[in-house]
Amino acid sequence: MAFEGLAERLQDTIKKITGKGKVSEQDVKEMTREVRLALLEADVNFKVVKDLIKRIKERAIGQEVMDSLTPGQQVIKVVKDELTDLMGGEHSKIAVAPKPPTVIMMVGLQGAGKTTTSGKLANLLRKKYNRSPLLVACDVYRPAAVDQLETLGKQLNMPVFSQGTDANPVDIAKQAIEEAKENHYDYVIVDTAGRLHVDENLMDELTQMKETVNPDEIFLVVDAMTGQDAVNVAKSFDEQLDISGVVLTKLDGDTRGGAALSIRAVTGKPIKFAGMGEKLDQLEPFHPDRMASRILGMGDVLTLIEKAQTTVDEKQAKELEEKMRTMSFTFEDFLEQMGQVKKMGPLEDLMTMIPGMNKMKGLKNVQIDEKQLDQVEAIVYSMTKEERQQPEIMNASRKKRIAKGSGTSVSQVNRLLKQFNEMKKMMKQMTNMQKGKKAKGFKFPFM
Amino acid sequence: MSFFKKLKSKFIKEETEEVSTKYKKGMKKTRNTFSGRINDLIARYRKVDEDFFEELEEVLITADVGVMTVMDLIDELKMEVKRSNIKETAEVKAVISEKMVELYYGEDEEGLEYLNIQEDDLSVLLVVGVNGVGKTTSIGKLAHQLKQQGKNVVLAAGDTFRAGAIEQLEEWGKRADVEVIKQSEGSDPAAVIYDGIQAAKSRKADVLICDTAGRLQNKVNLMKELSKVKRVIEREIPGAPHEVLIALDATTGQNALSQAKTFSEATNVTGIILTKLDGTAKGGIVLAIRQELDIPVKYVGLGEQIEDLQPFDPHAFVYGLFADMMDEKDESDEDEIVEDE
Repeated sequence: MAFEGLAERLQDTIKKITGKGKVSEQDVKEMTREVRLALLEADVNFKVVKDLIKRIKERAIGQEVMDSLTPGQQVIKVVKDELTDLMGGEHSKIAVAPKPPTVIMMVGLQGAGKTTTSGKLANLLRKKYNRSPLLVACDVYRPAAVDQLETLGKQLNMPVFSQGTDANPVDIAKQAIEEAKENHYDYVIVDTAGRLHVDENLMDELTQMKETVNPDEIFLVVDAMTGQDAVNVAKSFDEQLDISGVVLTKLDGDTRGGAALSIRAVTGKPIKFAGMGEKLDQLEPFHPDRMASRILGMGDVLTLIEKAQTTVDEKQAKELEEKMRTMSFTFEDFLEQMGQVKKMGPLEDLMTMIPGMNKMKGLKNVQIDEKQLDQVEAIVYSMTKEERQQPEIMNASRKKRIAKGSGTSVSQVNRLLKQFNEMKKMMKQMTNMQKGKKAKGFKFPFM
Repeated sequence: MSFFKKLKSKFIKEETEEVSTKYKKGMKKTRNTFSGRINDLIARYRKVDEDFFEELEEVLITADVGVMTVMDLIDELKMEVKRSNIKETAEVKAVISEKMVELYYGEDEEGLEYLNIQEDDLSVLLVVGVNGVGKTTSIGKLAHQLKQQGKNVVLAAGDTFRAGAIEQLEEWGKRADVEVIKQSEGSDPAAVIYDGIQAAKSRKADVLICDTAGRLQNKVNLMKELSKVKRVIEREIPGAPHEVLIALDATTGQNALSQAKTFSEATNVTGIILTKLDGTAKGGIVLAIRQELDIPVKYVGLGEQIEDLQPFDPHAFVYGLFADMMDEKDESDEDEIVEDE
């Protein structure tokens, strides 16, 4: 498919720029062009893309980046920052009315997935929040829509309020709330008919319903595959109903889902949930950061860079560098370093986040044994303070004790010691050779 | 412009006034935004330069024509502009439309794609697509039209998965006055289709339309299920299915290409039903699909009413997109200056 090529090109440009000590305006221009194409191909609205690219360019060419020590990485960070800013934080909370029932209205175009999402939402409310929701069938237009909700209700063993297809949707909603009050349902989920945002009559009906039932939440349900038109749809619905949040459906498909970014940018309303499958428990909180990477169509390289930046404490890193140079690197430093790597998350995740990694055949499904990592840690923890600082004093009886203490064998302890010494030697060579590039070529004993 | 005249005369000659109005009405939003923006663009730029092309690129992208297709188109336009030594943006307008029409048609000029319906034997149509694109609704409308043409139609309720899908098809069956073959929810779709074929044979039906459950194209098992359904049809009636139609939602963006491609791999799609074209979505995806996959669009959904499914007529479609331009060309370009945003 065409966009695989795009993603690769974007990765290449980013790779090129990441290592650079100096970033020229030309570099930035080249990269923003690729980012722009990737965003457009992912169905992000062109206007949103334009604004975004403008901001990225301004910041990337500005002081903030050019003055930093690692301009290449800084540029990437700008892209990531702007994207995540635009996507906003996580908001999967559902309103609670001071006086039950809480009323939720589901609105959207035809075929977006309102009815299914209504069922999923009811299920989530009951399962996760221990609520008792009432589903209301207000789609009187589409053939068998009421049947669909009733069937869902049966599958979930959940009450459904319906009055057939001859009643007025506004009246149905109103009566459903009365019913909820009487029977102590604390949530009312109103499934409305799909409609075009330009259909004035049907949009008026929604406004009327809103005024009548006074909902606490109005969720706009949007198909994740929506193209450039997502902006028009979201804008119209928001202008007329002042929606409170968005549910993105069919995100389990292979779409990039650029619509998410467009909708956020245009309405400023949070995307609260994402439909991740056909089963009724597959409604999940929406993760804006994951979406940002998905839209760009690359491994989570941005997250990786950011993680590396936050977890590796700058001061610690400086000290470490000093220690490497003076050969005073000890097992204690080693522990610290391991801790930092572990903070970044499971190693396998880290591997998949590195772009290009999944392209390499041998590394494709590499299984890193986290257990081995724990073992190494246990061995070091079983050493005395003295031993950690001066590994030279290690003798046979100490090794035996350590092996026993860590639940390993003497040969495993020996192996670690040997690797540790080699590492030390390598570090010295490296630091002599090239200051500042400390992290490259490290061979951890557990890899 | 001779090109517009040609298009217009061709269109008016071939089609009735009624269809023309329907297209015009259904695509009003599409046309307004699209050609309005092109006009706006041309009004704002007097000279054909890089900026002009960049903005034109954006106009086309907003119409959901894929990035790659747009870039190709722009390259061709640049060549053409150079070749014909065009300097004024107003002149480029005709070239833009001409190139776009070329994309629809490809090499061959003629374009009305009719359904492949057997003269005096059973024809089987299989309708596929992702969730919520309008498969069942389109089947209902199609059944109605075929029935109006005097065909004996049978529907098979192959969507045994989604809640209420069978009832929905039955309702359409009632409206179109055709028989619906069904089993209970959750049964094997291939078995339902098999029943449908047997029923259609014994009733000497002309057309059997098979509904299927919506599925995302990256669900391998569900796609395999679809291949199985197709195999059952092939086995029971040699030469069938006579048409495999994929329903695509006009509001869908670039993913529509992936849909068309993957469904083709599983079922060998022969045509497209482009639904929900009566919204503000631009339908530019048709360009991309024609160009990249060469699957013809056979029907478009232009509204909610039972007769709002129209055979896709490229002439009418392009006419719908460019109608404003043509009318203006016939008069003059007096009110071309549009206020800047």
